[in-house]
Amino acid sequence: MFDYLGNNTFLSLNLYPLNFKNLNYERVKEKLEILADAAKYDVSCSSSGGNRKNASKGLGDSSATGICHTYTEDGRCVSLLKILLTNFCIYDCAYCVTRISNDIQRAAFTVDEVVDLTMSFYRRNYIEGLFLSSGIFKNADYTMERLVRVAKKLRLEHNFNGYIHLKSIPDASDELMREAGLYADRLSMNLEIPTESGLKLLAPDKSHQQMIKPMDFVKNEILIYKDEKKIIKSTPKFAPAGQSTQVIVGATPETDLQIIKVADHFYKNFNLKRVYYSGYVPVSNDARLPALGSQVPLVRENRLYQADWLMRFYGFKANEILEQNNPFLDLEVDPKMSWALRNVDKFPVMIQTAPLEMILRVPGIGVKSAYKIIQARRFKNLTLEHIKKIGVSTNRAKYFITVANANRSLDFLDAVNLKDIILKDTRSKFENPFSNQLSLLNDDSFLR
Amino acid sequence: MTILSYDNTLEGFFTAVFEIFEYKYQDVSIIGADKAQNVLFAEVITVITNDEKSDRVLARLEKQLGKEGVRQILYAFLSETEDAENILFRAIKYAVDNSGKNVFADFSNPDVLKISKLVKSVGREKHRMEAFIRFELLKDGIYFAKIYPDFNVLTLVVRHFKNRYQDQKWLIYDFKRGYGVYYDLENTEIVTLDADVEKKLQDEDGIYDDKEINYQKLWVEYFDHTNIKERKNMKLHVQHVPKRYWKYLTEKKIF
Repeated sequence: MFDYLGNNTFLSLNLYPLNFKNLNYERVKEKLEILADAAKYDVSCSSSGGNRKNASKGLGDSSATGICHTYTEDGRCVSLLKILLTNFCIYDCAYCVTRISNDIQRAAFTVDEVVDLTMSFYRRNYIEGLFLSSGIFKNADYTMERLVRVAKKLRLEHNFNGYIHLKSIPDASDELMREAGLYADRLSMNLEIPTESGLKLLAPDKSHQQMIKPMDFVKNEILIYKDEKKIIKSTPKFAPAGQSTQVIVGATPETDLQIIKVADHFYKNFNLKRVYYSGYVPVSNDARLPALGSQVPLVRENRLYQADWLMRFYGFKANEILEQNNPFLDLEVDPKMSWALRNVDKFPVMIQTAPLEMILRVPGIGVKSAYKIIQARRFKNLTLEHIKKIGVSTNRAKYFITVANANRSLDFLDAVNLKDIILKDTRSKFENPFSNQLSLLNDDSFLR
Repeated sequence: MTILSYDNTLEGFFTAVFEIFEYKYQDVSIIGADKAQNVLFAEVITVITNDEKSDRVLARLEKQLGKEGVRQILYAFLSETEDAENILFRAIKYAVDNSGKNVFADFSNPDVLKISKLVKSVGREKHRMEAFIRFELLKDGIYFAKIYPDFNVLTLVVRHFKNRYQDQKWLIYDFKRGYGVYYDLENTEIVTLDADVEKKLQDEDGIYDDKEINYQKLWVEYFDHTNIKERKNMKLHVQHVPKRYWKYLTEKKIF
């Protein structure tokens, strides 16, 4: 393996000057197939929060909201060219396709090839930018330095102002992380396995400590640069779109409560912009992991995202969403509904007078609708029809609210079988998207 | 019933609004000039667009509804929806009758609600154009995109593309409405093409740069390999990328 690396084109990349016209199409195509395939399990594809301006007749800017330029057939947003620089790797993490012991085709892009692909795709409006990750070859700094070199070249030589997301490599040095932050919009470090014990089992060479150190460094640098910018306006941007991480769901036996608490911890202590949850797609026959061909836990993943949203936008605390004695999210109803069913004493909510915090807690009312209700109720006493037209899912909300007109659904609020009544009313909505999973819903072990 | 016909511009529409108040027309309806010929049993008055009157309406609306309110009026106007002018006029009248109030927040008013829906649709189409437009490099170095938007949103996306692509010439052409926007590295301008040029740009393959097809194939390759087959969910896919936009998308081409 190491001998191979020694003769790799990767290491001699500086010998070939950049020449767009001579880009070897067949070779690049083959590499792209291998290295896009290897990168696809990283679910993050966000391009938001960049807000880099195109001030000097260059290429690209990044709008604060991000743009999905297309969606894959599995329904995920494609916003960035998401590839590995190489899938050579010295680690043997059981959950990862590019682990050293896996017998797969290996490839490596040159810096110039990545730069050309990024620029050419961006010019055609295929992408918002680049998400560059890598297998770890030789050592952490050696790998990180290559990632930084791509970003630096795009920014300095090609005046590229699109979005750049770089993967932080565990154990990378502070100096390289600082440089990475100056050229990238976002840096991310994937915890992958939410608990240290799970990680020890599946990736004995890695520890959370290796990952936390660079994350902590970046968090502090972001704060320092922000402070400085208040005084000196010309202070450069440092990772303006912040940091994110990903945890794999369903590879190890963690509970949802454990996962949510880890997410909460990282949101609070590392100022993360996002935690991504990735339902484990079986890639190995390893006895420590779910077997090849097992279902991807899509419903559970969806519920975790809903719980994540409740924490970030709806004012819920981690320990409100789940309790110690019932540490898994209900797969039949969303976590907000689940909370409401456990706390019927907090309802009904008076739409006309309740504070925003309580309106946000009504199942079926989203953030935008909540704000619209607050605005519209100044003009009129709102009826069920009004709030339905505003965009509220009244088939769920109607059981929990009092409105200007009579609301007979409220009679069920104290019913013992409220959940069944609601499920019957809302079934069609949940049946479609994951229809092939629904029949398995009763077999929880299968989904977890 | 009085019918006012205007020249299909926003300024013309605002002029018509002004004159309804000026001449105290009752039982009035506003229609675009393109539809005025079809009117049989009513008097049609042709409004001559007047910048001064239009500016006064604009200033009045901006004062009460803010820049955001004016944006909403513009978006609803560009929806080209049947009867959009009269929905807008009723909402404007509602604003004038309740001066000092930001009536666009009153979602219990049917016209306000309808406008907010139109604004949402037009905004969504604008966003989709920003996302789904695909440029193809022509032999003469211009990045060219064909569009057929549901609403008349081309002018709304110009700023986005101008900020983004400053170092390449580009042309976005709306084949449904027969006009486009061209950027020449300095400025953007609205252009209309002769029928034969339009046809050439729509049908011929020989107009593209030699490398163009390779990059398109690379993109298709990437699109296929970034998909996780085990998670296939075509329903969700089509929900995000409705089929009527597939004709824009390089990744949906069959080579």
